[in-house]
Amino acid sequence: MKTVSLGKPKSQMNSNTLLLLITIVLFFVLYAIGCVVYGERGFTNLQTFLNVLRSNAGLICVACGMTCVMLTGGIDISVGSLVALDCMLLAYGMANWGLSAPVMCLLVLVIGVVFGLVQGYCVGYLEIQPFIVTMAGMFFARGMTAVISTDQLSINQDVSQAFYDVANHRIYFPFGGVVNRAGKVVMPYIGVGVVIALAVLVAIFLVLRYTKFGRSLYAVGGSEQSAAMMGLDVKRTKLKAYVLSSLLCSIGGICYCMNTMSASVSQATGLEMDAIASAVIGGTLLTGGVGNVIGSFFGVLINGTISSIVQFNGKLASSWPNILTAALLCFFIVLQSVFAKLKEKNK
Amino acid sequence: MENNVVLTMRGITMTFPGVKALDHVDFTLRKGEIHALMGENGAGKSTLIKCLTGINDFEAGEIRVDGVEGPVKNHSTLDAQKVGISTVYQEVNLCPNLSVAENLFIGREPMTPFHTIDRKAMFQKAQALVDRLDIKADVAQNLENYSLAIQQMIAIARAVDMDCKVLILDEPTSSLDDSEVEKLFKMMNQLKAAGVGIVFVTHFLEQVYAVCDRITVLRNGTLVGEYPVAELPRVKLVAAMMGKDFDDLASIKPEGFAYDASAPLEIEARGLSHKGTIKPFDLDIHKGEVIGLTGLLGSGRSELARAIYGADRAQTGTLKVGGKQAKISRPIDAMHLGMGLLPDDRKAEGIIGDLSVRENIILALQAKRGMFKQLPRAKQEEIADRYIDLLQIKTASRETPIKQLSGGNQQKAILARWLATDPDFLILDEPTRGIDVGTKTEIQKLIVQLAGEGKSIMFISSEIEEMLRTCNRMAVLRDGAKVGELDGELTQERVMSAIAGGANNE
Amino acid sequence: MNKGKKITQQQLFLPVVCVLLVLAVNIFYDVSQGNEFYNFFKITLTNDVLQGRLINILNRGSEVAILAIGMTLVVSASAGTDISVGSVMSLCASFCCMLVAGYGVSSVSSPDEFAMPLVVGLLGALVMGLVCGAFNGALVAYLNIQPMVATLILWSAARAIGLLLCNNLIVYVRDDTFGLFGGYLGPIPTPILIAAVCVAATSLVLKKTALGMYVQSVGINKRASRIAGLNSQKIIFLCYLICGLCAGIAGIVASSRITSADSNNIGLNMELDAILAVALGGNSLGGGKFSLAGSIIGAYTIQAITTTMYNLGVSTEVAPVFKAVVVIVIVAIQAPPVRAWFKKRAAAKAVQKGVASV
Repeated sequence: MKTVSLGKPKSQMNSNTLLLLITIVLFFVLYAIGCVVYGERGFTNLQTFLNVLRSNAGLICVACGMTCVMLTGGIDISVGSLVALDCMLLAYGMANWGLSAPVMCLLVLVIGVVFGLVQGYCVGYLEIQPFIVTMAGMFFARGMTAVISTDQLSINQDVSQAFYDVANHRIYFPFGGVVNRAGKVVMPYIGVGVVIALAVLVAIFLVLRYTKFGRSLYAVGGSEQSAAMMGLDVKRTKLKAYVLSSLLCSIGGICYCMNTMSASVSQATGLEMDAIASAVIGGTLLTGGVGNVIGSFFGVLINGTISSIVQFNGKLASSWPNILTAALLCFFIVLQSVFAKLKEKNK
Repeated sequence: MENNVVLTMRGITMTFPGVKALDHVDFTLRKGEIHALMGENGAGKSTLIKCLTGINDFEAGEIRVDGVEGPVKNHSTLDAQKVGISTVYQEVNLCPNLSVAENLFIGREPMTPFHTIDRKAMFQKAQALVDRLDIKADVAQNLENYSLAIQQMIAIARAVDMDCKVLILDEPTSSLDDSEVEKLFKMMNQLKAAGVGIVFVTHFLEQVYAVCDRITVLRNGTLVGEYPVAELPRVKLVAAMMGKDFDDLASIKPEGFAYDASAPLEIEARGLSHKGTIKPFDLDIHKGEVIGLTGLLGSGRSELARAIYGADRAQTGTLKVGGKQAKISRPIDAMHLGMGLLPDDRKAEGIIGDLSVRENIILALQAKRGMFKQLPRAKQEEIADRYIDLLQIKTASRETPIKQLSGGNQQKAILARWLATDPDFLILDEPTRGIDVGTKTEIQKLIVQLAGEGKSIMFISSEIEEMLRTCNRMAVLRDGAKVGELDGELTQERVMSAIAGGANNE
Repeated sequence: MNKGKKITQQQLFLPVVCVLLVLAVNIFYDVSQGNEFYNFFKITLTNDVLQGRLINILNRGSEVAILAIGMTLVVSASAGTDISVGSVMSLCASFCCMLVAGYGVSSVSSPDEFAMPLVVGLLGALVMGLVCGAFNGALVAYLNIQPMVATLILWSAARAIGLLLCNNLIVYVRDDTFGLFGGYLGPIPTPILIAAVCVAATSLVLKKTALGMYVQSVGINKRASRIAGLNSQKIIFLCYLICGLCAGIAGIVASSRITSADSNNIGLNMELDAILAVALGGNSLGGGKFSLAGSIIGAYTIQAITTTMYNLGVSTEVAPVFKAVVVIVIVAIQAPPVRAWFKKRAAAKAVQKGVASV
């Protein structure tokens, strides 16, 4: 097998690999720009990169789920609201229902699965446009968040000692230390959220590559009709994709909550956009069938790097990351469209 | 069941609303034979195959498959596969974004003990399979990297590997070039030697004679007959497919309705072509003539017309309309030059289903006038009423959605759409398909009448007799190229031998 | 039986039923509260302006009604939705206020302080709407990108650009002339008049030009339309252009109501309301035939639902829950598998009846 892929003639490298390559190069270029411009402010520190990971741990999980749904040719825009609902449930539940952190986390995951089942049923079995279904889901989840509480809640030690400890647990690296202003050596560290996110990333990568379910996602996205002809259960595959997306979104919600340690109705607005943009920038085709989570991971990193650069600048308006991400998204969508046209012409 | 027979279909009958699609059709397939299923459009080939593969429900008749107790009735392609019937369609039903190996094994991948796909084993098995069938493909590559021929063969490989006894190839060669067809035939012969029964549906006569052992011909939903290849020369095959019994109708051509080479030219095409569908051709069309395009389905008849009209933009060549150089890049350009096209696929390219008969009739005229010069409502109604009356379109009212009309009346409404634009040159692609005999005659008469008024008509039909009755000249097409023109005395024999071509004309 | 079937097949059946339902809830509520049952319809002249729940609904529903015009065309021609309208509204409002107040100025309160005349601001907003529409239209019509995805770009970016134009401030234009568009013209709320003018203008265009037929034709059968001489790309582009213009007008109205450009809140979630209005109006989200009247009724029905919910004491934040449920129920009823199921059931019943009568 290895020899086969090594022997791939260069001319046969398809446009999809090219898109992924562009993404990875773009990430390094962006990061290099950040290093050059804001080097003296500490952009070059390993911790800067790790902070990008830390603040985007939730987004990584969500983007993995989004990628799975987009592989089938669908879309899930309910994720941002679902994350807000998750955070609110965690914060409110631990503070007011007296439930322990593990129970609440479990509850959040169960709600994610149920949410996904309903959306997946509507998309797969009722054949309603995914966008409409998940848009309704988005408003439903946001509304339910408000039903629980419209206050700004924060999770502190009084709310749940266990959750607080886990969220603030730092896993230090044995290398890459930096001397801070006080003259102490600070080792770079990551949080539990990052570990969870990376575990999800690896797991989904393996699922997509080595399981029947993973491959049927690609098949359904490649051609629904063919997939059905080849004996795959298209409806069930779609249902599963949405369940997976909502489940990963709930895991992402927990990671997100660990990072912000707060909950409010307006939390994570526009997260769906970031997730979709990450996937698209990472080479996932909106028409389905092409893409993988590694690309989406780099998409998230690009997003995070842009935010980081804007942060380091300190003077740019907070809406710049949004605009830049949208511009990148536009660029990649147009690129995909151009590639598709070229392919058509060659045939 | 008779020895050697793998599949029998007896008395298969099926009706679509208003049309008898299949009427007591029999079909027998033996082990290790390649059996051509032939017929023109609407003959019932694809309906028969859909009955076999479970896509259509037939009303009467019985299917038996070797090795299966009792009659078989499939409800899906999956059912069909379970009893050993696999189908490979013209459009490849595989996923282009997956690797060749996955396309071969998806849904039945070899698994590791951990319930994950054993990619290594899958690739090995896939490579062994393609090697065995002599397909030159790297199974790790994505399917989309390969030509249609290879994709087609991979689809066949998948079918074969699933233990099939009956392999149906539904027009697999339509988009292949000669050398690719050659490869496909080699593979078919290999499978034949292995004892698989192959049903081969194609329009290409050459190919039938190159690989097939036996031919079954259908026409208008009925069985014409089953013949060994050696006993059915080309001309007879064409005759069987097209039918040779003339309707007992008097000739509708008026006296003196003959080819007049001195009439002024309406259309002069030089070297027009469209990549992959029609090779460069020259064609002159005079004012007031009815030129027929004849040839088998897939010979490029529609494509030639579409290239002139700009429905598929011609990539080479020049076109003069009424003596002036014309540049046509989309249909509206052709319409402004006085052309009209009644397309062969009424549902996909003709009717606007949810709009009313009135709107369907005035659509082209309105498009010619432009968006801001709307026809006044009263005028629209007058035009619609005039043509409903003139063509006797049977509709509840002019505001009825056109999709509620019968096929023939829909066709008349589309014809009305073009007549309303008062075209100088009208292309009619299969205007009489799926229409009852009475309406057919009406349309034929109308064609002759329009020509009499000085309009030029291009008429395309699968039925030779109606072409003979209406045309005063014919252009013959074969395999995507214009191969000749016929004028003077048009007879069935001349036309058929021209269509059949090849060496064994009798 | 047959008659009933005919009625339910009417395109305006769904919106009218919804209106009646909302009315019933209102009347029921009023009666249970001890008010007169016609409270809903009561219109009074207080402080020289018309007031009443009905007027309130018509007034508040204006923006959605204006958006629904553009959305109806977009849905019909391209079988997709323009989800950027809410954000574009916000952008147009910000642009208008920014032009009038000048960049970086957070508040102006009289024409003397204006950086530019009000007219320039208003025209600027409309032009901005057209530009956004053109952007969406170009992506959808000429690059063949799925409508929802193409409009996703502006959905995210437009609001952010608006914030940028306003320098992250809420820009106030405290001027009576500007306030007029969201206020009262004589005793009548101006938004109602603006919406009425937009609807009338669109109806006139649809009546006097062939646009309506072109749009439906392209939406129903693109290939056949092409053969018949229509330029589907141009027509789809035009629909998005109109949709952008509608968003611009709605943006002016929304910002005039609060005499400011609050980028974060103007037009928030308005896209769902507009799409819902189209669906409620009995129009298929799969494109094709459309009824503008249905969409307009749909728009006001949504406002009636919202107003009713507020009356019942449901908060602004919670209201989306109910809307989401309404959306899903409506599209689920229209979904092909559900329809097929109903048909099958009806057929089975008919057979049973036949058997019984024999």
